[in-house]
Amino acid sequence: MASLTSDNEQPPTNSNSSSTDHVRKKKSLFASSPSSSRGNAASVPTRDGDSHPRWRSEKQQRIYSAKLIQALRQVRLSSSSSATTSSPTAQKRGKAVREAADRALAVSARGRTLWSRAILANRIKLKFRKQKRPRQTVIPAVTTVVTTGATSSRGRKRRVSVVGLNKKSLPTVNRKVRSLGRLVPGCKKESVPVILEEATDYIQALEMQVRAMNSLVELLSGYSTPGSDSAPPPI
Amino acid sequence: MSGRRSRSRQSSGTTRISEDQINDLVIKLQQLLPELRDSHRSDKVSAARVLQDTCNYIRNLHREVDDLSERLSELLANSDTAQAALLRSLLTQ
Repeated sequence: MASLTSDNEQPPTNSNSSSTDHVRKKKSLFASSPSSSRGNAASVPTRDGDSHPRWRSEKQQRIYSAKLIQALRQVRLSSSSSATTSSPTAQKRGKAVREAADRALAVSARGRTLWSRAILANRIKLKFRKQKRPRQTVIPAVTTVVTTGATSSRGRKRRVSVVGLNKKSLPTVNRKVRSLGRLVPGCKKESVPVILEEATDYIQALEMQVRAMNSLVELLSGYSTPGSDSAPPPI
Repeated sequence: MSGRRSRSRQSSGTTRISEDQINDLVIKLQQLLPELRDSHRSDKVSAARVLQDTCNYIRNLHREVDDLSERLSELLANSDTAQAALLRSLLTQ
């Protein structure tokens, strides 16, 4: 499906403008109500029981698989043409594959979630360090405008979030939310509801990633066994 | 606790994070977790439990992805021509 691949080539090409998009997206996130409907309402009209069909649809799976394969092909080409003649260590190769898969996953998220932007920003940060600094200075200014009167808005939000979960063992819950935030990329310093929402999306994306990579591994091992020239099984 | 409440009230009306909201999010998170989803005692699962299981689940998923990417890298390295055919067929489907 050529349309699918051409449709997805737009996001990765503009790495410069994506950082400004981050700022704009963050601003709109805080400006709209902080309720959890902000991210979901865009993709799911009714957010009752059926959780986020965004990551479970066939189309999304195909998009991600196509992106993944392209990214993996680049990894293969780069590793074969690089100066490391004898095979690089399995760990390094595995890590490159993992990073390519994460990047493809983040791109498939279409920049609507924090963790995807954090994954992509990490790669950009490695290459262009200058772009991160203006982003950092702009964001606190934006958040102070919207969340009235708090300079260290992140610290203020943390105190607010401590207010009642089940009123028993608040510090435990808070601590667990913090550790959860450390697991999800880009959510180390966010407030509690943000972390929770990012975690829900991240888990589904990870599940899709696992499914896609599983099927890819199956396909490849099916091919590498001798005598299997039959047509590839439908995905 | 009341001191915190007053402080939160004065921070802003629009970004006050309510209990119900957080509870709602935790419930949604619980629906995602495989072990807690089918639990019949859905009212009694505490938030801490949900969060702990979420952390474990994410760690598991990370580990799975790492394993899969290692296997994938080996497969990619070993089978060049077969893989090229595969990629071509997959991309043109």
